[in-house]
Amino acid sequence: MNHWLNPPSFVGFHRQWVSVLLAAGFCATGSVAQAQSSDTLAKVKAAGAITMGVRDSSGALSYTLGNGVYTGYHVELCNAIIANVEKAVGKKLEVKYQVVTSQNRLPLVQNGTVDIECGSTTNNATRQRDVAFLNTAYVEEVRTAVRADSGINSIAQLAGKNVATTTGTTSVQLLRKHERADGINFNEIFGKDHADSFLLLESGRADAFVMDGQILAGNIALSKNPANFKITGEVLSVEPIAIMVRKDDPAFKKIGDDTIAAMAKSGELAKLYDKWFMQAIPPKGQRLNLAANENTRQAWASPNDKPAEAYQKK
Amino acid sequence: MSWHWEFLFDDPGGAAPTYWQWLFSAWGWTLAVAGLAWCVALVVGVAIGLVRTWRGDDKGWAAGLATAWVELFRNIPLLVQVFLWYHVLPMLLPVFRHFSPFLLAVMAIGLFTSARIAEQVRSGMGALAKGQRAAATALGLSTGQSFRYVLLPQVGRIMWPALTSEAMSIVKNSSVAFAVSVSELTLFAMQAQEETSRGIEVYLLVTGLYAFTAFMVYALMTGIAAKAKWA
Repeated sequence: MNHWLNPPSFVGFHRQWVSVLLAAGFCATGSVAQAQSSDTLAKVKAAGAITMGVRDSSGALSYTLGNGVYTGYHVELCNAIIANVEKAVGKKLEVKYQVVTSQNRLPLVQNGTVDIECGSTTNNATRQRDVAFLNTAYVEEVRTAVRADSGINSIAQLAGKNVATTTGTTSVQLLRKHERADGINFNEIFGKDHADSFLLLESGRADAFVMDGQILAGNIALSKNPANFKITGEVLSVEPIAIMVRKDDPAFKKIGDDTIAAMAKSGELAKLYDKWFMQAIPPKGQRLNLAANENTRQAWASPNDKPAEAYQKK
Repeated sequence: MSWHWEFLFDDPGGAAPTYWQWLFSAWGWTLAVAGLAWCVALVVGVAIGLVRTWRGDDKGWAAGLATAWVELFRNIPLLVQVFLWYHVLPMLLPVFRHFSPFLLAVMAIGLFTSARIAEQVRSGMGALAKGQRAAATALGLSTGQSFRYVLLPQVGRIMWPALTSEAMSIVKNSSVAFAVSVSELTLFAMQAQEETSRGIEVYLLVTGLYAFTAFMVYALMTGIAAKAKWA
């Protein structure tokens, strides 16, 4: 008498469900653990499309104009690379945009959702364990923005002051390390995004905003009265910002590296830089007026994909 | 991808000597924000709920004010309220400039939740048979006495399950405090994943701690109900 309503079969039923759930769980972990095949050229050729990772608002490097239009220095550079990828695979590729955040950009490149990430990712040794970076086309300097009338000229003057920076950026860590190393005590305030951090500076809640130079320049350029703010003080850190691709895919990386090296050599890269960091840019025609720094010029002169750690040793 | 947990023993270079110690300090901030906000919410919410139901007809200026309170706090998104407390209020009332972001976040989350608790008190009252209030009055009890001895003990029982979810919600809602620079779990997650590039590991840990905390709150609330033999 093994009617399906009998208690023993209920138990069996229950066990079945447990095993289904367990199996589903294993599938989920399995797909995370699965390594994406790293032949990007074959993948984009087969798909007829390539996915570019872009940012919503990463200063002039990568940002949106709304309506699914993405632009910026790195985006334009990626377009040049994709043109060469098209030559290599011998067909026209559809370019798809995928917005990424600093939280998801690495996993999305690793799992194949994004083929080439053109945002504002710092090339460092930890990340090089998981992904690869193309030749550096832009080297960022972390600086301090203050109100022009504040009289603050160096980080030492920030003792006891409120210093804003943005949650989820390496500047936070940098500030902490400085605080400990120099014995300076200041109150850190974390803005939830760059606009929020800048608002803290603008409203007087913070006395300084520590962040990547181009982001400071961008926020100042867009503020109500740019003359009220200045970028000041020492360079707190130097970080190569680079285009990110999958690891262990030398053929694809070579096309990107060669494109950047060729553009650096021909002077096209300097022109591109001028277009985005010196001239008026959309949407509001603001000018960042951020001349290329020494490290950026060196990266153009001898193209390389060295991580941030290599810059700090100098 | 492969797992890398060793970052937990790395030095983040700040007040905490390792990432796991920072994680636990962040958890402490989450508990502090949620715990304090819950106290604010419970006291204010029950008070507003009582004011609204005191006369039993939802009329009069006091009930009107209490209704306005509820509608004000439950019709504005929580994140917006947090920003109002943090950015706008100090502009209007300079005294709030001396409040720490922690206190402002506690006020914002606490008062937001108070509106919800006030509604639960009111619906609990609504669920009681009408005769209860009349019977208490007929026995010669004053309004205060009938609330104390007849109505509230029953309402407490009725609203307990809803209150349990609300207590669990406040743990999760405390995550908005990251937006005003309270270094709780969400801020830790956003910051540590950037510094260590171990986003999946960091978010797994933080998710686990949120789930654990909310579950503990659930266990505590059901435990209280069981002890009081309400369930």
